[in-house]
Amino acid sequence: MTTQHPWIALFRQMLLIRRFEEKVRELYTQDRIKGMLHLCIGQEAVAVGAMSVLRKDDYLVSTHRGHGHFIAKGADLRLMMAELFGKRTGYCKGKGGSMHIADIDMNHLGANGIVGEGLPIAAGAALAIKNIKQTDQVVVCFFGDGALNIGAFHEALNLAGLWKLPVVYICENNSYAISTHIKKACAIDQAAQRADSYAMPGVTVDGMGVLAVRDQVDAAVKRARNGGGPSFLVCQTYRFLGHGRNPDCSLYRTKEEEREWKQRCPIEVFRGRLLKDNIVSENDIGQMEGDIARDITASVEFAEQSPYPLPEDLEADIYA
Amino acid sequence: MREITYREALREAMQEEMRRDPAVFLMGEDIGRYGGVYSVTKGLLKEFGDKRVLDTPISEAVIAGAGTGAAAVGARPVIEIMYVNFMTFCMDQIVNQAAKMRYMFGGKIKVPLVIRTQGGAGTYCAAQHSESLEAWFTHVPGLKVVMPATPYDAKGLLKSSIRDDNVVIFIEHNLLYNRKGQVPQDEYLVPLGVADIKREGQDVTVITYSSMVSVSLEAADELAAAGISAEVIDLRTLRPLDMATILNSVQKTGRVVVCEPDCKTGGVGAEIVSQITERAFDDLDAPPVRVAGRDTPIPYSPALEKLAVPDKHEIVKAVNGLFNRKSGL
Repeated sequence: MTTQHPWIALFRQMLLIRRFEEKVRELYTQDRIKGMLHLCIGQEAVAVGAMSVLRKDDYLVSTHRGHGHFIAKGADLRLMMAELFGKRTGYCKGKGGSMHIADIDMNHLGANGIVGEGLPIAAGAALAIKNIKQTDQVVVCFFGDGALNIGAFHEALNLAGLWKLPVVYICENNSYAISTHIKKACAIDQAAQRADSYAMPGVTVDGMGVLAVRDQVDAAVKRARNGGGPSFLVCQTYRFLGHGRNPDCSLYRTKEEEREWKQRCPIEVFRGRLLKDNIVSENDIGQMEGDIARDITASVEFAEQSPYPLPEDLEADIYA
Repeated sequence: MREITYREALREAMQEEMRRDPAVFLMGEDIGRYGGVYSVTKGLLKEFGDKRVLDTPISEAVIAGAGTGAAAVGARPVIEIMYVNFMTFCMDQIVNQAAKMRYMFGGKIKVPLVIRTQGGAGTYCAAQHSESLEAWFTHVPGLKVVMPATPYDAKGLLKSSIRDDNVVIFIEHNLLYNRKGQVPQDEYLVPLGVADIKREGQDVTVITYSSMVSVSLEAADELAAAGISAEVIDLRTLRPLDMATILNSVQKTGRVVVCEPDCKTGGVGAEIVSQITERAFDDLDAPPVRVAGRDTPIPYSPALEKLAVPDKHEIVKAVNGLFNRKSGL
C-alpha cells in the first residue's frame, strides 16, 4: 500500500466515521446507548475534508451531529464510546453524552445541543485568538442548515466580518432541519449569498466530495490564519438516515431523492476513485476495514467495562 | 480615607485588573468611545486601546456568546449588557452554554466570564429598562450572582469576579452610581459568597442587597429610635448564598425580614425564607417576612413607580409586625 498518499488518510477517516456511526446506531437501537443522538452517516466528507487541513491547536466548534467532527480531529474512540455510554471514563465523565461531547485539551469546544448557538462561541474564541492570545490559530465552526435562520447566526457572522476574526463557518447543508426543507425555511435560494451581508466570501461546496471540501476549507483556513478574516462555506450534503431515533423520513422526503443522494455516497465514490487510480487495492481496503472494526470493538469493550459515574459526581464540576 | 463614587469604584476595579492581567478585556455597547451609558468605563479605551475595550454592535446574543467563547479559550472577558432587561437576548448563551459548559464537559474547562449589567427602578424608565431580574440567574447552577450596594463592595467584588474562574453575573444598580463611599487607595478584594453585616443588632435580622441596603439601614435608624435593634445583612453575593452568616444572625435575633427590590413571587427572598424555615425553624420567634417588589412590571408614572419597590416604611412596618406592635410612625 502506498501509505504516503494523502488521500488514503482521508478515505480511512471517512470509513472510520461511517463504521463508528453504524456501531453507535446498532447500540442505540438496542438501547445500550440512551437519550438523544444524531448520526452523520452521509456527511462524512464534510467533517474529514475540513478537519484534514487544520492544525492540532486549531479550535473546533461542533454540533449535535458532531461525532464525525471529533473523530476527524483525532478523538480517542474509547473515550468517545465511553461518553456515549454515560461512563465515568468518557471525555466528559459521562455528563455530556453525544450532544455535549468536548475536550478542551484537544481544543474541541464542544458539540452543542442548541441549534446555531455555537456560532457566537466560535466568534469569541476567534476574538480571543486575535486580540488576546495573538496566535495564528483558527476556529472552525460547523452548523446545520437549520441554524441559518436563528438570530445567533446573523449576529455572529456580522461580528466576525466586522472584526475580521480568524474563523471558518461551515454550514453542513443536508437540506432538512428535522423535516423542514431549506426552501421552506430560507428566504433566499443560495445560503452562501448570506456572506455578502457580512463582508466575507461565501462559497457553495460539493459536500459529498472530500477533496472539494478539503480544498475550499484549506483556502478559508489560510485566509483566516493570514489575517484575512472569516469565510462562510455551505457544504451540500445529505443525512442518509432519519433524525434522532426516528428512522422514518417518508413524511418529508422521497425514496427517489434518497436514492439519488446515496448514489453520491462520499465513501463509495471516493473508494471508486482510489481503486481506479490504483492508490489502494481491494486488499488494502479489506485490511483497513479489519483494523477499524478492531478499534471500534475495542472502544465498545472499553465503554462496557468502564464504571458509571459515582453519586458524588452529580454535584461535582459545577464550579471551578 | 478617600471617598469615591460607586461608578468610579467599578471603573478602578476594571482598570486595576486590566493592568494586572493582559487576558482581561472589555466588550459591550457604547463602552469605549462613549464610556458606557452610565460612564462606568470612561477613559478605559484610551488607556487600553481598542483590542481590549471593544465597542460592539447592538447584538447581545453574540456579545454573551463571544464572551463565552473567549473565556473558554483562556481570555478573561468582562462584558457589559446595558440593561438587565436586555439579558433576555443573552439567555441561551448564559443558561445553556456558559453556565453549564464546565459541568457538561466533565470539569475540564473553565469559563472565567463576567457579565456586568445594571437595573432597578427609580429612574422613570418604565418596564423595559427598570427591572430587577436577579432571581432568574440565582436559579441557574453554574452561575454566581453578585449585587454590590456600596462603592467599597463594588470595587472589591468586581475585582474578585474578574479573578474568579466561573461565570459571574454582576448586577449594578443605576441609583447607586453617584453614591459616594470610602474606598482605600491600596488594593483589596472582597470575596464572593460572603455576606457583610452592615449594622449589628439584637432584635431582628434584615436581610437585603443592592439598592435596598441603604433603605434598610434608614429603616434600622428609625427602628432604633423606637427601641428595636435591627441587624442589617448585605448579602453582596446572591449565589452562592452565605447561609452561615444568615443563620448565625437568625439564631441571635429570632426574627427575619428579607428586603428585595425584585418581584416577590419566586424571588431571592423566597429562597432565603425557605432555607431559614428548613434549617432554623426552632430559632424563630415569628414567621419570616418578605418585603419585596410588587408583582407588576415597573410602571412609568412617578406616582406608581415608587409603589412598585419597597421603601423604608414598609420595612419598619414589617419589623413592627414581627413584634406584634403598631408602627411608631
